[in-house]
Amino acid sequence: MGFRLENGGRLIDRDEALGFRFNGQELRGHPGDTLASALMANGRRLVGRSFKYHRPRGILASGAEEPNALVGLGSGARFEPNQRATTTELFDGLEAKSQNHWPSLERDVGALNAAVAGVAPVFSAGFYYKTFLAPRVAWKHLFEPIIRQAAGLGQAPTEPDPDTYEHFHTHTDVLVIGGGPAGLMAARRAAEAGAQVLLIEQTPHFGGRALVEDETKIDGMSAPDWAARETAALAAMPSVTMRARTMGAGLYDHGYAMLYERVADHRPDAPDAPRHRLWRVRAGQVIVATGAIERPLTCANNDLPGVMLASAVRDYLRLYGVCPGERFVIVANNDDAYRTAIALQAAGAVVRAVLDVRSAATGALADQVRALQIPVLEGHGVAKIRGGKDVEAVETVRLAANGTRAGGGEALYVDSVALSGGWSPVVHLYSHCGGKLLWDDKALMFRPAPERGAPIGPDGGVNTRCCGASNGAMATGACLADAARAGAEAVAAMGLTAPDAALPAVDEPAEQPIEPHWFTPSRDKYAHGTKHFVDFQNDVTAADVRLAAREGYESVEHTKRYTTLGMATDQGKTSNINGLALLAEALDKPIPEVGTTTFRPPYTPISMGAIAGSAKGPLFKAIRQTPMHAWHAEHGADFEPVGDWFRPYCYLRPGEDRYAAVTREVLNARQRVGVLDASTLGKIVVQGPDAPKFLDLIYTNTMSSLKVGRCRYGLMCTENGFLFDDGVVVRTGPDSYLCHTTSGGADRVAAHLEEWLQTEWWDFAVHTANVTDQWVQIAVAGPEARALLTAASTDIDLSAAALPFMSYVEGHIAGAPVRLFRISFSGELAFEIATPASHGPALWQALLSAGQPMGVMPYGTEALHVMRAEKGFIMIGDETDGTVTPQDLGLHWAVSKKKTDFIGKRAQERIDLTRPDRKQLVGLFTTEPRQVLPDGAHAVVETRERGKPMTTIGHVTSTYFSPTLNRSIAMALIEGGAGRMGEELKFPLEDGSIMRATVVDPVFYDKEGARNV
Amino acid sequence: MSEAVSALGGRVAEPRPGLAIRDMGLRGQITLKADLTEPAVATAVETVAHVPLPSKLSAAFAEDGRGAVWMAADEMLIFVPKAEVSAALEALEAALADLHHMALDVSDARAVLRLSGRPVAEVLAKGAPVDLRASAFPVGRARRTHLAGLAVGLWRRGEDDWDIVCFRSYAHHLFDWLVRVGGEGAAVDHPPMGSEA
Repeated sequence: MGFRLENGGRLIDRDEALGFRFNGQELRGHPGDTLASALMANGRRLVGRSFKYHRPRGILASGAEEPNALVGLGSGARFEPNQRATTTELFDGLEAKSQNHWPSLERDVGALNAAVAGVAPVFSAGFYYKTFLAPRVAWKHLFEPIIRQAAGLGQAPTEPDPDTYEHFHTHTDVLVIGGGPAGLMAARRAAEAGAQVLLIEQTPHFGGRALVEDETKIDGMSAPDWAARETAALAAMPSVTMRARTMGAGLYDHGYAMLYERVADHRPDAPDAPRHRLWRVRAGQVIVATGAIERPLTCANNDLPGVMLASAVRDYLRLYGVCPGERFVIVANNDDAYRTAIALQAAGAVVRAVLDVRSAATGALADQVRALQIPVLEGHGVAKIRGGKDVEAVETVRLAANGTRAGGGEALYVDSVALSGGWSPVVHLYSHCGGKLLWDDKALMFRPAPERGAPIGPDGGVNTRCCGASNGAMATGACLADAARAGAEAVAAMGLTAPDAALPAVDEPAEQPIEPHWFTPSRDKYAHGTKHFVDFQNDVTAADVRLAAREGYESVEHTKRYTTLGMATDQGKTSNINGLALLAEALDKPIPEVGTTTFRPPYTPISMGAIAGSAKGPLFKAIRQTPMHAWHAEHGADFEPVGDWFRPYCYLRPGEDRYAAVTREVLNARQRVGVLDASTLGKIVVQGPDAPKFLDLIYTNTMSSLKVGRCRYGLMCTENGFLFDDGVVVRTGPDSYLCHTTSGGADRVAAHLEEWLQTEWWDFAVHTANVTDQWVQIAVAGPEARALLTAASTDIDLSAAALPFMSYVEGHIAGAPVRLFRISFSGELAFEIATPASHGPALWQALLSAGQPMGVMPYGTEALHVMRAEKGFIMIGDETDGTVTPQDLGLHWAVSKKKTDFIGKRAQERIDLTRPDRKQLVGLFTTEPRQVLPDGAHAVVETRERGKPMTTIGHVTSTYFSPTLNRSIAMALIEGGAGRMGEELKFPLEDGSIMRATVVDPVFYDKEGARNV
Repeated sequence: MSEAVSALGGRVAEPRPGLAIRDMGLRGQITLKADLTEPAVATAVETVAHVPLPSKLSAAFAEDGRGAVWMAADEMLIFVPKAEVSAALEALEAALADLHHMALDVSDARAVLRLSGRPVAEVLAKGAPVDLRASAFPVGRARRTHLAGLAVGLWRRGEDDWDIVCFRSYAHHLFDWLVRVGGEGAAVDHPPMGSEA
């Protein structure tokens, strides 16, 4: 139906042809085309099927607001659904396919929905809520699968995205969003005042609507010439950066903006270029010049292919040299649409009539149209558009003054309809950052109302201004004046002065005011509005909105969710105001009382890739590695995440599974000697005259009494008395301590210490430093540990007398400078060696070599866990969950009763924390020794049949098969556990079976500590 | 003596012509926490770092690589040759004996990367929120900020020469990230960041 004109098309290069495919069909277009303009040039207007009713749909708009023309782009891993044809730049080899139809775009079974809907509404407002109430089970197995198959837009891609994306942070004095006439003017005023300006435009071209309005004269030249001159002038200014294909996606507090740049969508062969770039801009001042969006009129069958927005018709004619049809009717409630009539006639198309719903069309533009011999039918609208997959005719209706039907009209045989229901300022971004709006009942629009609340910057001054059409200044002259004002105000807020410059003279016709017209009456089955589409993308009709009003929905926010109005991927850009007005009409309330929905970023959908940026694949998240990481990887390490670290869970040997490896590692450490990379252990230096006093308050036990050169196990609690970290504290000097923390807790503990120092005890002379990365730490555990260190050559006296348990000394091992701690987390004779990280790999190697005759093996975190559990040592995060006190874990001995205060002391005296029936740590032996309890299994008072609720008394916190004891062991938190020794507990499992276990002392192995000498 | 190795073993990369990324290897680093307004601190720092105490948000370096970087209102990061760390610590202890302070050897806790070339600021801007415009980040400026999701220290040694420190355990991630986003096809070509700055 559409065709390429002989001449015209400001943006296309007719000398070059590009090939592309739509649904497999080979088509041709030109550089500069959008997919939509190229499809229309090839006579394709039917481009998709609608969401619910599978109605045939064409191209409605020419830009970001397009609700219908969504296609799947690309193929394979680069396939991407729901892309707007109107914003997709054509490139050679582009592949697109239509969506939401079966078996084909032209013949679609789902359209039956629509046929039935003509008789009885199917999928009307609240359809899901009302229809499938019962039985509940049918939802999962019957209703939902069927609905899911029938509804929905494009399909998700199935392969990983091979493209790259990135973020980019930048700062600028002034950010101008939108490169239309207002944006160009505001940017120039700001730049001439000396500000650094970033000017962005979502399309590939600067100029906005000025590129289309040839008849408007600015500064004595046509609007497109003026736009070209201004664009060139700005490009030549060194303080101005212009960025096309870059959309303002979100505007946040204090001038923080998120921009979405489509770097390589239009040149997919660009080597290494990221596909999209997400800009994160901090701007001193923000100028929003985002223009306005035209609204369709709500009449019967207004969604047929061939029905378009009046301004979009003009865009296709002038930007792309494409005429969307041959014979047109234009329907409007305002003067702007008359420009489309003039443009169409100039392009050689037939304009059968302009239907103006206003009772009289008296403006200069209407007179111009009449002078072109185009009939103007005042007080007329469209009762119904006839057609199937294309417009065939328009039935007119004569309207009474109150908008009701006053008489039957005639049939106008045309193939295209251009609708204009007025323009809505794009206030989205202004609203994102808190700018308030008001309803202008003369101009019929929500426009910014800074007097009700404007976004402010960090200094409390206004930092964001709308201008031009986005501020409701629709006429070109008013738009430019408003933009000049915004530019001058923005720089004035920065203390700069815009040089005096005269506003350009604008020659444009005066316009007759718009009049409200929210629903065009129809007869018979069309009277109720079931074919009067409001939200094209979600298939919401006027009847749906009215039904919601009748059913008691008064708030637009509720109606939106009930009807899904404005909830599609276009977020109601063309439908929100129309839907709102219909709701207000149905409720008999003024529009401002019904309210407007909230605008949320992003302005149009942006790719997930852009949001992820470079955080993808190996760079998805920073993984901390110890200096021995490479050695571990080369020696079979099966890694597991611990905090941000990756640690070997175990070292797999050929033929081993995890269980076999862990068993071997445990037995080897118990019988000979093992080494563990414990470098991830948090290490925090606390130093200063008040360090002893400070640590007495931080830890539950006393650190001031610790002697220099000695170690003490310490517990840290929150203010609420709950245990949150533990570790060995070493006194390295009279005023200095080294506090070990859990691997995952180092940063948290460091922040905890600083917070208390900075907010509560700011008068303490204490410094802290997190030196976790400075030190490699290696645990050497097992009966041969002392022999191994001796073999590795050391200047340290390792005897129990010289280096007793819980002491530390400095010296050298295998040539490396070390701090040697005589501590044990396995219950074996054990040492922990700390050496500066750069010496770590060499020391690790030296220990393994020296230990070879003794049968040394490295062991991983699981062997560590098993061995500590065999000894009944708790693990933060296993035995603790933020609700567990030291007393619950039987750690009374590590909680000082003498100290007057420590963090958590007061809380631990509360009644609830001293109840004798709190959950307390116990050991468990399963009745069947080979059975291992599942982690987290619940103990119950009485078992009942599966699915019935049971009263639980606690749960398993750690559970292993102990290679040392050759039986399963577990730890659990059980109500009143300390008093349940010997009791048999029942654990109902997910498979319906019941496991039984007896409460025992949680120290399973070497209770007397005979091994650790 | 055992062999000491840096986190990245002296790795170098040139993700695009004119952009060099280099692991600076093992460098003597001392973190000094003290009241920086005390005259004794300024004297002590100058004695070991051979540069005047840097002011807030600044870094200063001598020709031989010694220097100091302002890290916080009560924290300085001092650079000395690796072999001289012990001597420098002793000198600091002696000079600050009467003042509450803490001086620690953190040479192994942090990796130091050097970035050179025109595109450096632009590459950094892909991961750091800090204002890198020459007006806000002149030569000699030092900031602690985020880069590629990591906590880093960053200072501008020359027009196109920057140093970054990060915790050693993250160094491989930072290096890999810089190589990945520094590729030529990913040039932003945004004048306020690039050569015109």
